[in-house]
Amino acid sequence: MSQLQYFLALVAGGLATAALAYSFVTPFEQALLLKAFLALGCLSLIRFFVPLGLWVDGALALLGAVAVLTSIGAFVPPLPFFWMAVVVAWLFAWLFVERLSKSLAPRLSDNAGLGLLIPVVFGAALLVIWEVVTRGANVPPVLLPAPSAIGAQLANSAPILWADFVQTFIKSVLPGFAIGCLSGLVVAILVDRSPFLKAGLLPIGNFMSALPIIGIAPIMVMWFGFDWQSKAAVVVAMTFFPMLVNTVAGLNASSSIERDLMRTYAADYWQTLLKLRLPAAGPFIFNALKINSTLALIGAIVAEFFGTPVVGMGFRISTGVGRLAIDLVWAEIAVAAIAGSAFYGVIALIERGVTFWHPSVRGGRA
Amino acid sequence: MTSVVSATNLGLTFKTNDGDVVALSDVNLTIEKGEFVSFIGPSGCGKTTFLRTIADLERPTSGSLTINGQAPERARKDRAYGYVFQAPALYPWRTIEKNVALPLEIMGYTSAQQAERVKRTMDLVNLAGFEKKYPWQLSGGMQQRASIARALSFDADLLLMDEPFGALDEIVRDHLNSELLKLWDRTGKTICFVTHSIPEAVYLSTKIVVMSPRPGRVTDVIESDLPGERPLDIRETPEFLAIAARVRDGLRAGHSYEEAL
Repeated sequence: MSQLQYFLALVAGGLATAALAYSFVTPFEQALLLKAFLALGCLSLIRFFVPLGLWVDGALALLGAVAVLTSIGAFVPPLPFFWMAVVVAWLFAWLFVERLSKSLAPRLSDNAGLGLLIPVVFGAALLVIWEVVTRGANVPPVLLPAPSAIGAQLANSAPILWADFVQTFIKSVLPGFAIGCLSGLVVAILVDRSPFLKAGLLPIGNFMSALPIIGIAPIMVMWFGFDWQSKAAVVVAMTFFPMLVNTVAGLNASSSIERDLMRTYAADYWQTLLKLRLPAAGPFIFNALKINSTLALIGAIVAEFFGTPVVGMGFRISTGVGRLAIDLVWAEIAVAAIAGSAFYGVIALIERGVTFWHPSVRGGRA
Repeated sequence: MTSVVSATNLGLTFKTNDGDVVALSDVNLTIEKGEFVSFIGPSGCGKTTFLRTIADLERPTSGSLTINGQAPERARKDRAYGYVFQAPALYPWRTIEKNVALPLEIMGYTSAQQAERVKRTMDLVNLAGFEKKYPWQLSGGMQQRASIARALSFDADLLLMDEPFGALDEIVRDHLNSELLKLWDRTGKTICFVTHSIPEAVYLSTKIVVMSPRPGRVTDVIESDLPGERPLDIRETPEFLAIAARVRDGLRAGHSYEEAL
């Protein structure tokens, strides 16, 4: 056991013992599960004499989560030992993740499933604490609703959320992203080809990227109307420049020997572009795609604050805040976060397939 | 019959911010078909520049240069030579076999012709069995052999090699040297080979061009009378050592070490 694990185990066990002693002030049959958890936590101190497997800590963390979640309403207001139990459960979860990551480390590189286990445990722990704190301490839902309330809202308003998702993501983000990235790529190739365009277009692109989105969004609404077209236009404006700059840099990424080689074959411009310079620019282009995947969603949502039909994620957030329907706002944020991460994840996966040869992907030497 | 390479009073001056740098001055040289010519000299003597000029990667600023009786640019567009660089420069997104096929793709060979030629040249450099590997999965020596296969795949009569084995260790280098000799013997190509190793130059060549820097020029041209059949231990024979001594003298004559120090 490492020093940190030793310390965590000691504090978790000790705190469980103290909380168990404290819990005797309440009637025995009240919050039995919580007390059972504390008793087991106290028992876990025998690990200093008999080694315990890491799954024991996992089971304890799980039991603790269930125990604190089910006994939130048992005492009003919650007694201090309830909060101690929350901390104990959290410490066991920490200890579990700590031991898990240590024991998995050698196997992580070749198994993506195991690599996902740790973030999942970590995220679940975070949700449990969020739930317990918001409900246990009676945090006003307007400030921060409990995850369960957000989840319920997600389920109840699924049709609304889906319509918003279609409006914002499918209609605004995807076309805007495609047009912005593609035109950035094409213009980069033109800029690369012509020194005149390089001198003329790059500074204009730079200027465009400095335009504040809050400024261009209302203008785009005036130009392209209230519906998704104006949002897509904002997304185009946001995604164009990162793609332009990255591709221009990427087209120069091939080495002079690699380009001389093409010259010795008397390869023409297009052959050199397609067989050498674009493949060599791949990692740069995918960087731009990844940056743009998050930028695009932000752009579309913010743009909807400036005029929109009565549907869309940005519309729902801005009106939700106004109507104090904070659950719905959080549900919308959750949808946006999931959609954004999934979009990024898909691009990252494609990147792994396409630029498999790059040292950063295959994890080898150059 | 025209010479493969013919240079007359060839000069090349680079314009830089620090003024003009004379890379080549008054180079006169002819290379006949089937010769194995090594260019040797210290850094900055213009040996690589001369090779690049033959390949039309640099333009001469004075004198004349013909390849197979044609201007270098015409020769390059006719794909008259294969060039092997100091680094293998294999494209990492292509398998070895696809790398060897790269010039064939560019030159518009059919896929059947490509497959046939890739197989033949891969066999020639002893890389059969590594077709589906990626360059980074191969050792440095194997990568350089793949790059030689790539230069041979379209069967140009002239092979230009710029210190191809410079980055390899001596054991691999010896091995590749003797393989290169066999390959030259089998294919009958004209080879121009840049090196800064005296034993390598003497071991490989029928003609050794000694060059010296500031300005880059040819100081000696040595015709080697070593037999065509050359086992590696020929390097201990008196004939070999005599030629090596002459190369060393040529290098010393063209380069004042006191001045350099």
